[in-house]
Amino acid sequence: MSGLIDTINPGLVLILAGLLAGLTPIQRVRQGLTLGAPVVALIMLLTATRDTDLATMSMLGFDMVLYRVDSLSFIFALAFLIAAFINAVYALHNDSQLEDSMALSYMGAAVAACFCRDFISLFVFWELTAITSVFLIFLSGTRAAYKAAMRYLALHVFSGVLLLFGAMQIYFDTGDMSVRHLELGDPGVLLVFIAFGIKAGFPFLHTWLADAYPKATVTGTVVLSAFTTKLAIYALARTFAGETSLVWIGAIMTVYPVFFAVVENDLRKVLSFSLNNQLGFMVCAIGVGTPLALNGAAAHAFCHIMYKSLLFMSMGAVLYRTGTTKATELGGLYRTMPWTTVFCLIGAASISAFPLFSGFVSKSLSMSALAGAGFLIPWLMLLFASAGVLEHSGIKIPYFAFFGHDSGKRPKEAPFNMLLAMGAAAFICVGVGLPAFLNGFGFDWLYSILPYAEDPKTVSYEPYTADHILTQMQLLMLAVFAFVVLQRIGAYPPEKRGIILDTDIVFRKLGYGLARWTGSVWNKAGPAIGSAFGGVSARAFSRLEAAFSPRGTLARGGFSNSMAIWTAVLLALALLVAFFIR
Amino acid sequence: MMNWILQMAPAWAEAHAPALIVLLPLLAGPLSVFMPGKGRFAWGVTVGVTALCTLLALVMLAQVRSVEGGAVISYAMGGWAPPYGIEFRIDALNVLVLLLVSSIAFLTSIFGWPTIEAEINAEKRSMFFGAFQVCFMGLLGVTATGDAFNLFVFLELSSIATYVLVALGAGRDRRALPAAINYLLMGTIGASFYVVGVGFLYAATGTLNMADLAVHLQDVGGNRAVQVGFAFILVGLGLKAAMFPLHQWLPNAYSYSPSFVTAFLAATATKVAIYALVRFLFSVFSLEYIFEGASLALILAPMGIAAMLACSFQAIFQTDVRRTLAYSSVAQVGYMLLGISIGTAAGVSAGLFHLVNHALMKGALFMAVAGVVLTYQGTRIHDMAGLGRSAPWTMTAFAIGALSLIGVPLTAGFQSKFALVSALLASGWWWAALIVVFSSVLAVIYMGRILEAVFFKPPNNPQKRHKEAPMLLLVPLWILALANIWVGVNGGFVQGLAEDAAQALFIGGGQ
Repeated sequence: MSGLIDTINPGLVLILAGLLAGLTPIQRVRQGLTLGAPVVALIMLLTATRDTDLATMSMLGFDMVLYRVDSLSFIFALAFLIAAFINAVYALHNDSQLEDSMALSYMGAAVAACFCRDFISLFVFWELTAITSVFLIFLSGTRAAYKAAMRYLALHVFSGVLLLFGAMQIYFDTGDMSVRHLELGDPGVLLVFIAFGIKAGFPFLHTWLADAYPKATVTGTVVLSAFTTKLAIYALARTFAGETSLVWIGAIMTVYPVFFAVVENDLRKVLSFSLNNQLGFMVCAIGVGTPLALNGAAAHAFCHIMYKSLLFMSMGAVLYRTGTTKATELGGLYRTMPWTTVFCLIGAASISAFPLFSGFVSKSLSMSALAGAGFLIPWLMLLFASAGVLEHSGIKIPYFAFFGHDSGKRPKEAPFNMLLAMGAAAFICVGVGLPAFLNGFGFDWLYSILPYAEDPKTVSYEPYTADHILTQMQLLMLAVFAFVVLQRIGAYPPEKRGIILDTDIVFRKLGYGLARWTGSVWNKAGPAIGSAFGGVSARAFSRLEAAFSPRGTLARGGFSNSMAIWTAVLLALALLVAFFIR
Repeated sequence: MMNWILQMAPAWAEAHAPALIVLLPLLAGPLSVFMPGKGRFAWGVTVGVTALCTLLALVMLAQVRSVEGGAVISYAMGGWAPPYGIEFRIDALNVLVLLLVSSIAFLTSIFGWPTIEAEINAEKRSMFFGAFQVCFMGLLGVTATGDAFNLFVFLELSSIATYVLVALGAGRDRRALPAAINYLLMGTIGASFYVVGVGFLYAATGTLNMADLAVHLQDVGGNRAVQVGFAFILVGLGLKAAMFPLHQWLPNAYSYSPSFVTAFLAATATKVAIYALVRFLFSVFSLEYIFEGASLALILAPMGIAAMLACSFQAIFQTDVRRTLAYSSVAQVGYMLLGISIGTAAGVSAGLFHLVNHALMKGALFMAVAGVVLTYQGTRIHDMAGLGRSAPWTMTAFAIGALSLIGVPLTAGFQSKFALVSALLASGWWWAALIVVFSSVLAVIYMGRILEAVFFKPPNNPQKRHKEAPMLLLVPLWILALANIWVGVNGGFVQGLAEDAAQALFIGGGQ
């Protein structure tokens, strides 16, 4: 491959395929596009020359770098493209022109954004991900989804505006528009930081995530889970590596979703909270900023995209077959959906970082880096969060969906294409997590594509030491033990155990009473805060309406009278200014 | 391209373009009043005249741009040499406005026929086109002339014709009559203020030619009479330009006049007044006068910002699409005034760039609304529900205009807002830049409400389906919509014109 093709950003291939898919009414052709485009883009990525500006452009007097591959963007784009292909397989049964088109464009925009090295083009693709992804949410067709989609859009467009504005401020301070390492301090940098933070689900900026994702379409949620937030993680790694405040932000992000996830009944929403918690691990690692930590963040992002997709896909399959993901209405599905159950368990084991699964080799990198840099309290918070992950994603999700009390539902196994997609994701989860029996296989392969693969600490890093395995197994065994206890007591008839909060016995015994308590306080305080906020905003709205509406103050009165007076007032003002300003 | 125009143009066109562009509609206007055929011939004449004027404007653009840095064409009316005779003076600034006005007039008059046929009585149509051409001529005259008093004459000519045009909307909505009277009263106050101001300047300097005024004003400097004249001109032209809070004539005039008139006025009338304001601020007066700097910072900038905020809020609460767009126009005038009030070449250029782009986007939006008025007889947001499915071509063009108004990347609106924010930041007005961004968010809300109804709500009246606007309307509409995208993707040409125009003021300025 040479010449022109080398200079095309692989993301644009996906966007173009998305445009074509939008114009194609024939499902077969669209299937070809959704499957083919990621493969083509993947080939382009693998053959691309590294560390040179492959495509540049000049617009509005700015030099824009549209396509430049380096090791950091490579691993994110690689994960994105693999996820894009798996998603295409997963959504193969889906006959929606608009959804295919928007999903492709959305994935393309995220991929393209990874290669942009100036804020203008980053902003364009940043906004494109927001606009296209909205369709994936509101196409599920419910009123709630529509409203959530609009809230989502508003917040994400706002993020884009902040990004652009901050970037321009930076430009006028430094004369440099390129995406590079930034130090917090200037207002422009702060705005960019917040813009990234919205997409990365920083505390208090995260609400859109658990709001919108569970309401999206079956296939839409899977697509959404992989891209938006990881793009933000990439952007943070690119610009704010080593920013210490990120360690704390990330640590808080890992902890608080645990409370929400534990009390939540909708399993897709549990996964969304858990997604937010996982992002915390990556943000935290970026905050540490050492090569080892950044490797950890990138590895975690890669594995996370795979196992999170896998979990969302399995829940999507459940939703597709039963019409619900409410924990109270599910249970016992393993009888008729054995394959989905197995894949979900693999995803659960990966996210809980069981040895031999991908989560183990990626999470331990960042945990070691954090400990090595001397952040004790964040490290403890992350440890607590790891236990929480196991609780809500590792045990709760498979247990309530596939085991637990028998809901009496006997759905068919998921469609073949869904199983295929889940199988592929599960294969990666296991394949990446295996010990390197041969050089270049198992975790060795993952480590070799990390941004700082030559970093001596990473080269010598060996996840499968007795020490690591023991620490991790202690944590895991404790939680598994708790579940065994629950089973053994058996004092809870299945009908009642259908409610999630039942597990509170486990929490209390393990000292997690706090978690339960915080969760319920949040649950009670939430509506109160909401209604207070609603009251204030309703009052503000009526004030504004009284002033500005067609019946309002500003529009009332004889026009000519008031305007003539205004003219006189303005003339007086102009005269005063002319006379007295010296 | 420019050289090609110069080669193709006949010699008489090159020699007399400044005069012809005004004389053509001036002569054709009264003629078309007497045309038979229920207005059909008058419409043909109007299209022909506006097309010719567009070509003449192109010729002048080529002439001005044939010289590095922009030539100045001075045309002495009737052979009386300036400063005593009336001079038409074309430079990089007003040739841009001339081209804008005449090309928008051309596009709107093509699309106008179906809407005129529906909204104006048969016996009044010829008169309507006559009035339109006089209005058009007045706007061109204001732009072309180099004489301060002559500018007043053209301003009044165009205004009086505009009052008539607005009042003719009474056929569709009786509220057009009070709107026209209001506009008349306010417009007259504005014009009187302007002429009073010119009177003061004449008293102080003894000349009416703008270039000559600039020279003489240097001598008299901070004279009280000059200051008073400046204040009167600022307020008078500000009223014509719908500067907040002197904008109150505009929403009603735009809402109730015939669709054709709304589309034309929204894209041109306030723009010409802003041109005149810029001409006075930077050509006749200059920033060397302390009172001007102070007025820019203390009057234009605050009023521009107030317009951006208050009128955007007002637009949010409207129930009528045309009123929403009208209030949004006032808010957009706020952007232009803010750009101008920075007082740097970058700021004025950003203001002018936004002026051109705003004409493109508002032209497209009002044309699309005119299509809706034609086929659905309704202008409330409620009436537009579900039209995205039944009239996809009209509504897609509307959506492009709306996105451009919001300032989405790859549309014209983004380019000029970007230029404006750049200019603001370059001068350290970051707070004003923040307000620009915030008011863009307000634009998302008020245009979002309409787009939501159009594309996501079920149709209000399911019986009326599959009615697209006629082709005569769709073609100019799409030309404008595509122009929005063209400028958005490749804004260099238009931005270059705006930059040249600003340069002409700041370098060749006072001469």
